[in-house]
Amino acid sequence: MATTDYKIIEHTYDVVVVGAGGAGLRATFGMAQKGLRTACLTKVFPTRSHTVAAQGGISAALGNMGPDSWQWHMYDTVKGSDWLGDQDAIEYMCREAIPAIIELEHQGVPFSRTEEGKIYQRPFGGMTTNFGEGQAQRTCAAADRTGHAILHTLYQQSLRHNAEFFIEYFALDLLMEDGECRGVLAWDLAEGTLHVFRGQQTVLATGGYGRAYFSATSAHTCTGDGNGMVLRAGLPLQDMEFVQFHPTGIYGAGCLLTEGCRGEGGYLTNGNGERFMERYAPNAKDLASRDVVSRSMTVEIREGRGVGPLKDHIHLHLEHLGPEVIHERLPGIAETARIFAGVDVTKEPIPVLPTVHYNMGGIPTNYHGEVVNLVDGNPDAVVKGLMAIGEAACVSVHGANRLGSNSLLDLVVFGRAAANRCAETVKAGAPQKPLKAGTVDALVERFDQIRNASGSKPTAQIRAAMQRTMQNDAAVFRTDASLAQGVAAITELYNSFADVKVADRSLVWNSDLVETLELQNLLGCALVTMTSALNRKESRGAHAHEDYPDRDDGEWMKHTLTYVEDGGQVRIDYRPVHTYTLTDEIEYIAPKKRTY
Amino acid sequence: MAEFKLPANSIVGSGKTYHAPTGAKRVRSFQIYRWDPDSGQNPRLDTYDIDLDACGPMVLDALIKIKNEIDPTLTFRRSCREGICGSCAMNIDGTNTLACIKAIDEVEGNVKIYPLPHMPVIKDLVPDLTHFYAQYASIKPWLQTVTLPPERERLQSKEDRAKLDGLYECILCASCSTSCPSYWWNGDRYLGPAILLQAYRWIIDSRDEFTGERLDDLEDPFRLYRCHTIMNCARTCPKGLNPARAIGEIKKLMLQRSL
Repeated sequence: MATTDYKIIEHTYDVVVVGAGGAGLRATFGMAQKGLRTACLTKVFPTRSHTVAAQGGISAALGNMGPDSWQWHMYDTVKGSDWLGDQDAIEYMCREAIPAIIELEHQGVPFSRTEEGKIYQRPFGGMTTNFGEGQAQRTCAAADRTGHAILHTLYQQSLRHNAEFFIEYFALDLLMEDGECRGVLAWDLAEGTLHVFRGQQTVLATGGYGRAYFSATSAHTCTGDGNGMVLRAGLPLQDMEFVQFHPTGIYGAGCLLTEGCRGEGGYLTNGNGERFMERYAPNAKDLASRDVVSRSMTVEIREGRGVGPLKDHIHLHLEHLGPEVIHERLPGIAETARIFAGVDVTKEPIPVLPTVHYNMGGIPTNYHGEVVNLVDGNPDAVVKGLMAIGEAACVSVHGANRLGSNSLLDLVVFGRAAANRCAETVKAGAPQKPLKAGTVDALVERFDQIRNASGSKPTAQIRAAMQRTMQNDAAVFRTDASLAQGVAAITELYNSFADVKVADRSLVWNSDLVETLELQNLLGCALVTMTSALNRKESRGAHAHEDYPDRDDGEWMKHTLTYVEDGGQVRIDYRPVHTYTLTDEIEYIAPKKRTY
Repeated sequence: MAEFKLPANSIVGSGKTYHAPTGAKRVRSFQIYRWDPDSGQNPRLDTYDIDLDACGPMVLDALIKIKNEIDPTLTFRRSCREGICGSCAMNIDGTNTLACIKAIDEVEGNVKIYPLPHMPVIKDLVPDLTHFYAQYASIKPWLQTVTLPPERERLQSKEDRAKLDGLYECILCASCSTSCPSYWWNGDRYLGPAILLQAYRWIIDSRDEFTGERLDDLEDPFRLYRCHTIMNCARTCPKGLNPARAIGEIKKLMLQRSL
């Protein structure tokens, strides 16, 4: 089929948002509210986006359960990031957290309540009072279904504001002209047609790429589609070596068990029944930061103190909390543990293992959500017409390690920031020049090639090999040897995509083709993850390099930029970490040793 | 008495059979509804024999195994694989449920899988839920107030918040509505259990100030009163919710305000 044979429908909007998770929805109705004609494209119905699976809560220094301040929240986030986070952006997020949560409540989120009727807040890992002294109760919760409650509310608000959705549209590529983003090419699964969306701004809210790994808490749809599009457009991804392992994924199934389990008083034990976290984090214990807990669990297992016949996992205990607390605050956990581990959490511990959960890295942006690139020595050069928010983006507020409950916060704060920015930079209804001849054709040709790919390797085969490689060679602990082997293997797999085989040639709901396009996006993410991990010769946050066990601020307090060139060659460059704050209400928090 | 016949193109034929690899010990047959909109042919049931020793425990694991290893053209929705996104709702062993939390062991004999009943099919196990979503939007599923919000959060007592339990957890998978004979018959005008459960979620929320208007909107022989308490909704809900009870509560409120 020649590329001219495709039926292509053109649309022009002020703003085009790709993705309808927490960030995409908050941006979409924010834009609509401000009178911008906004299209939101999403490959799944909005309430099926992976935000729905967030459990434990969303952080904000409301102080409903004791003294708190956004400055303490900021300190914790900077420390959690192992000083790789940009402090201007972190200040922005932690300040804006308070009005953002109040806004969510006003929109109808069914938060759990305190005796006084305020929003209930629970302790979470790394969240402290008074700059590391006490344990904060900062994480606002709707039982253990906070993501579900927030995502549904944001979708409801989008309906209220008459936002325009294009549901089950798969975004294929960015329309780039002279370094500027002009919109996006997408495929309508139900009709089998291609659509060009022109916009003054295109906002990528496409989420993370957990499915690059074999075992992840992430949904099957977390395939880094925005990241893949950005790499194909010749733009960089940032800090991709930082992949968060959640301490408590269910052993085997990989399903998430919220950190709120430990926030509510749950604890971990090894094969000897010992509460080992006391040895690794004497103050915070089981509520140390996620990277710290995941490493401690891995060490316990490696040193022969795991649980079970193979001594290959750890136990999470909730049984001492009593059925009432579990029923009120952790009902979803009880259900998930029953279904996927066959465990009654009121009676016995749950088998768990550190499981891939979140990508700190992503598309580099400033705190307005505008995508930035290193151009002629300027590390903050804005890419015209392109924004990124949510897990797809790297603002960077999470640095080398994200704190639990800062992710839902990131979504709503920066989704809103993107809408505010567009209200300033986009003129409603302003005419847009026509696309150049050839811009769309080149992208349709790529689509057509993959659709008709008749190589020797089925999509599932390449994907399985990629997931195994990432699981083995870019794990909780890394070494030069494992990473070098990983880079060689991933580069080969990346190039093997040229030999991929698609079995289904149809255009209506061809999910074989969807998975193949997703695989290409995942391969790009996997390639730069492994390569930047090999490149970073230090240990920081989630990047635990055994050959370089210490943090090296002199050499490595900088963001990694990765560009993919022909043949899977990765070019690496750097952006400085923003070592300044947004206002003089808080001073720059200088690096120090990170202990919990 | 009038005779009714199904249209010729709705008759499901038998399709291909894919046998398990030799040596497989614990084999189970999955009979799966297939329909390709491009083929011009009737739907068919394909049979895939799966070695359960090389497959995960859930029906979704089997579907993914088939797609990965046997037939990449098999089409179904899936995302979270842990029962919270609602994508993989389908009819398994005669009951609407989520493939990701339905254990294969719970099914006796062959595992029969069809799309959600009485919805237009786009392809294989993918139904068109456009109308269902439009009905959801029609009930204005968002907090409506006239009083300006306070500076801080609205206060809500624990007791008032507890009234939302069993309602807000709905994942809009449509298992209940598509199991309801009344919805099959009058789905164009009857809102069905999922949407009425959501309507009640806002009616009963102590923060919402539009209870009267919400009830007015439901005061209609079709939108609400086509519920005949058949209770399939409560039996089928994969999240253990009870839409029939919520509908009963709405009817009670209607009665109370008319007295």
